Amino acid sequence: MTAITHHISDDLLDAYVTGNLAQAFSVVVAAHLSLCDACRARAGAAEMLGGALLERVAPAAMSSGAKDRLLAALDDTPPPAPVARSGIFPAPVMQALGGQPPKWRMLGGGIRQQILSADSDGALRLLYIPPGRAVPEHSHGGLELTLVLQGSFSDSEGRFGVGDVETAGDETDHQPVAGAGCPCICLAATDAPLRFRAMLPRLLQPLFRI
Amino acid sequence: MPADILPDDVLPDNQAGPAEATLWLIAVRDHRDRAAFLRLFDHFGPRLKAMLIRGGLRDGSAEDVVQDVMLAVWHKAAQFDPHRAGASAWIYRIARNRRIDLARRKPAPEPDPLAEPEGSEPDAAQILALGQEAALLRRALGAMAPDQARVLEQAYFEDLPHSRISEMTGLPLGTIKSRIRLGLERLRRELKDLRQP
Repeated sequence: MTAITHHISDDLLDAYVTGNLAQAFSVVVAAHLSLCDACRARAGAAEMLGGALLERVAPAAMSSGAKDRLLAALDDTPPPAPVARSGIFPAPVMQALGGQPPKWRMLGGGIRQQILSADSDGALRLLYIPPGRAVPEHSHGGLELTLVLQGSFSDSEGRFGVGDVETAGDETDHQPVAGAGCPCICLAATDAPLRFRAMLPRLLQPLFRI
Repeated sequence: MPADILPDDVLPDNQAGPAEATLWLIAVRDHRDRAAFLRLFDHFGPRLKAMLIRGGLRDGSAEDVVQDVMLAVWHKAAQFDPHRAGASAWIYRIARNRRIDLARRKPAPEPDPLAEPEGSEPDAAQILALGQEAALLRRALGAMAPDQARVLEQAYFEDLPHSRISEMTGLPLGTIKSRIRLGLERLRRELKDLRQP
């Protein structure tokens, strides 16, 4: 694997660590942390601050029965182990996939996607782009995070390989092209629908929910 | 692991300290030590409860969540790695995840667990360094202006997007963001100063 060069910004990492980042983006951050030791260490430092704040909070007394109640529950069956990583998909992605391999849907031009979740807070999807193929040029109404899980893509912002994450905002107007070799598989989170430049993709947008 | 590898000076005067809590958690992990677990509960239970109340929970539900968090500490102790986190940071993270599970009705996304290399011995120097770093961080927090520390607590304890923090304090969003950033920057600077006396 080549070295990761595109990381998660401080703002997004802080929001993830404090539990203030929407679910779709949090899945992308957790998947990036699975691949990037540098950002995992940064998240660890931010969690250390959470721990230090927890240490210094003025305690609120627990009720008298709390300890017995807890002790009585220790021998209960432990919860099932969380879904584990599988192939190129880190654990948080497998979790979002419900533990199953992706069920791709054709988007045309050999591009496939699976929507993992979509609600008012944002949408999360997997994208499959054949080698050398371009995703229609688009801009964003909000934030988009795209993490490469296999292959690579390039756009005006640079080249993105496995583990790299692209952070695109309102101003980004880009046309990612998949690298040669193997198909590019990405995990992408958005908080607003993408706006495509060409007429045809815009007509297709409601159909494909991209 | 012997207790004497952790520095005395990270223990605040006369109290169960963060480094001691890490040793209790190791005892829970390695020996399913119930006495150590109850000490963790005595130390962290009331702090978690206070944090959850700050996050908007009522007394009763805060206690229920504390129970959930402490049960998760018991069941997940095998994943605790003192080379990477102290007890308080690890428990903060479990509490944050539980809060997310409940609020979103979806499991909080967590990175792949890290596998420890086969047959690796605990690295006392690294555990020690991490404990010292945490002690410096607490000292720096103690030296912060109370209103700055309060903004950090709001970000860490209260399930609030930055926009809501802004509403509550009547400060514009940009100010909040830069204050959080300034607070963190100041902490980083202080840590640097403390390292090079």
